[in-house]
Amino acid sequence: MLIDRIEASKNPTKHTLVALVENEPGVLNRVSSLFRRRNFNIDSLAVGTTNDPTVSRMTIVVDTSKTNAALVERNLYKLVNVIDVQDLSAVPAVLREMALIKVHVADNQKRSEIKQVIDLFEAQMVDMTPNSIMVELTGNEEKVDSIIKMLEEYGIKEVVRTGRIAMARG
Amino acid sequence: MQLTGSQIFWEVLMQQGVDVVFGYPGGAIMPIYDALYDVEGKIHHVLVRHEENAALAADAYWRATGRVGVCMATSGPGATNLVTGIANAMMDSSAIVAITGQVASHLVGSDAFQETDMTGITQPITKHNYLVTDINDLARVLVEAFHIAKAGRPGPVLVDICKDVQQKMTEYVPVTEVNLRGYKAAKPPKKQEMPRLLSQAAQLIAAARKPIILAGQGIKHADAHAEFIEFVEKSGIPVTTTLLGIGVLNEDHPQNLRMMGMHGEAYVNNAIADADLLIALGMRFDDRVTGNLKYYAKNAQVIHVDIDPSEIGKNVPADVGICASVKDVLRDLTPMIENHAGGYRAWYARINEWRGDTKAHDVMAYELPPNMMLAPQVIRAIWEETGGDITVCTDVGQHQMWETQYFQHRRKNQLITSGGAGTMGFALPAAIGAKFGRPQDEVWAIAGDGGFQMSIPELQTVMQEKLNIKIAVINNSFLGMVRQWQELMHDRRYSSVNMTSPNFVKLAEAYGMCGMRATNVAEAREVIQRAREHNGPVLMEFVVEQETNVFPMVQPGKALNEMTRREKVPLPAAMGGGMEGVRE
Repeated sequence: MLIDRIEASKNPTKHTLVALVENEPGVLNRVSSLFRRRNFNIDSLAVGTTNDPTVSRMTIVVDTSKTNAALVERNLYKLVNVIDVQDLSAVPAVLREMALIKVHVADNQKRSEIKQVIDLFEAQMVDMTPNSIMVELTGNEEKVDSIIKMLEEYGIKEVVRTGRIAMARG
Repeated sequence: MQLTGSQIFWEVLMQQGVDVVFGYPGGAIMPIYDALYDVEGKIHHVLVRHEENAALAADAYWRATGRVGVCMATSGPGATNLVTGIANAMMDSSAIVAITGQVASHLVGSDAFQETDMTGITQPITKHNYLVTDINDLARVLVEAFHIAKAGRPGPVLVDICKDVQQKMTEYVPVTEVNLRGYKAAKPPKKQEMPRLLSQAAQLIAAARKPIILAGQGIKHADAHAEFIEFVEKSGIPVTTTLLGIGVLNEDHPQNLRMMGMHGEAYVNNAIADADLLIALGMRFDDRVTGNLKYYAKNAQVIHVDIDPSEIGKNVPADVGICASVKDVLRDLTPMIENHAGGYRAWYARINEWRGDTKAHDVMAYELPPNMMLAPQVIRAIWEETGGDITVCTDVGQHQMWETQYFQHRRKNQLITSGGAGTMGFALPAAIGAKFGRPQDEVWAIAGDGGFQMSIPELQTVMQEKLNIKIAVINNSFLGMVRQWQELMHDRRYSSVNMTSPNFVKLAEAYGMCGMRATNVAEAREVIQRAREHNGPVLMEFVVEQETNVFPMVQPGKALNEMTRREKVPLPAAMGGGMEGVRE
């Protein structure tokens, strides 16, 4: 329960846009090509399917210290394959990221310390070998940052983060 | 009805009202050309000599008619040759549909002969593009392409059609409806927002003492000429146009100050710099019209109307930004403003003070040795001899700017030129496209010796199509605009701008075309007269002074009102003129 339940990101320069797009080949390329062409600075881009098989959902995090989020939104609208764009920074929303972290385990002492960290963060242990543990964590970016920082002293072997996904409340 | 993909292609084009296409055949588009054989008479195919010129001609056809221009090429090099023309259409918001043949669908991605990833290449320079791998998508895609090209802010759409799609057969069901859930021509402000935006705009206009209207091509695209003139005349506000906005208001109109920007007249740029309100209609604050943004119109509030939401706030922040058709906005806004016709006396007086000494800086005021001819004099002679009643297609460079200064445009959409992209070699293919669009019109291509030498092969297209086009080549033996920049910014280090030319009269003869040459103003007038009397295409060469510069000029990085101007010629007192506004 440590840092959880923080709904909105504390970082005011991170702006969340959600784009619903046609689930067709090449659409991701059109979106990423737009960012490159307009020199937009994007922190993360997460893409997945929705309950409608013809629609994909992209969550885009824009660093507004470098890029005007309103211009990103307006340019996204110009793409024929973009169905809708929502700006989730203006409304209450749940923002989440998932991470997998493989940590080095030196000995049993360290193993039990790592388990304590996992419990504290309400993370899960999803794989274990004699010299490593894989941790799965879902939360906002700050929470993911924090657990990574905590686990660093044991020796992190590998990290993967999904990038932010988001949904408006209500 | 069972039809091949190729037959469906032409069916859809006819359904869309297409009667002329500009193109060049080749391997991957041969089935479509084979099917063309059966519809000739209904659709005329113009065989250009280079695919780029097909795209440029299609672009000019759109500008001349408001109907979507169509160009086509085969895969690979044929398709890539279209790219410059497509980019030109993108920059100037021209509705064209570019058709390219592609290798058979099972070969896509295999680096097959003449395979090029055209949807990949053209993604940033099209509004949208399609790769058609299934014949059952073909009719829908083509109908969508025509719709997207024209809707909202116009632009190019490319349709890349696999060869097997052209060959297969399917039941043809005409597509009459476009259903694009993701595409809104504009993202209109919410209904309840519009009245608020309009009343804010009306308030800004009511409060302004030194307002100015910046008129762009969006007014043409919205077909808002009537609404625009009503707004202009009721508001009494002075108007300046962008390069592509030339022709939205008669240049004789007392409120029309004419073109703004890098080579706009000094008093126009001074007025913008001094204004307290900019009313920007269907224009995009291109760097060539703003100069250095840091110093741009610092005392002005900004009303910006554009149908493209991404243009509002892109370069110049808008105090009132309205994303909508200029036509709709002006229709509702004009009744909301006070009648101020004949108003703003102090403001006009100030502008006229700046205007006062313009003539003194005019190159025409110089006393020239006999036998020396300046390019602006050629433009002026064409204007005077033709009565200005022609369609003008200019190329890119010095002559293009002189055309805006010395040709007074009185007809709407009279000038066809490459603005945003600045595509050299535009004039001749543009004149070809424009002539098909306006067959009754006297169509002139005006080019420099550089740009014209990029499009010489199209002389034969002119001959083959028996097009009565007048081609004026203004020859200063330099790439003039580049030379001017080298003179002003690179210490006269003339690097690779010396340009030799063939004997244009003999060249014309080789093409079976009438060729003429003039080296002074009297000859120029005679050549223009004879060319107009000649019933057929004419190539005219005008040999002009080599190092004349286009002034005023806002050099890159400078503020809009920080212009380099020509040295003043002492004028007889009778011609008058204040001294103010002269800035070097």
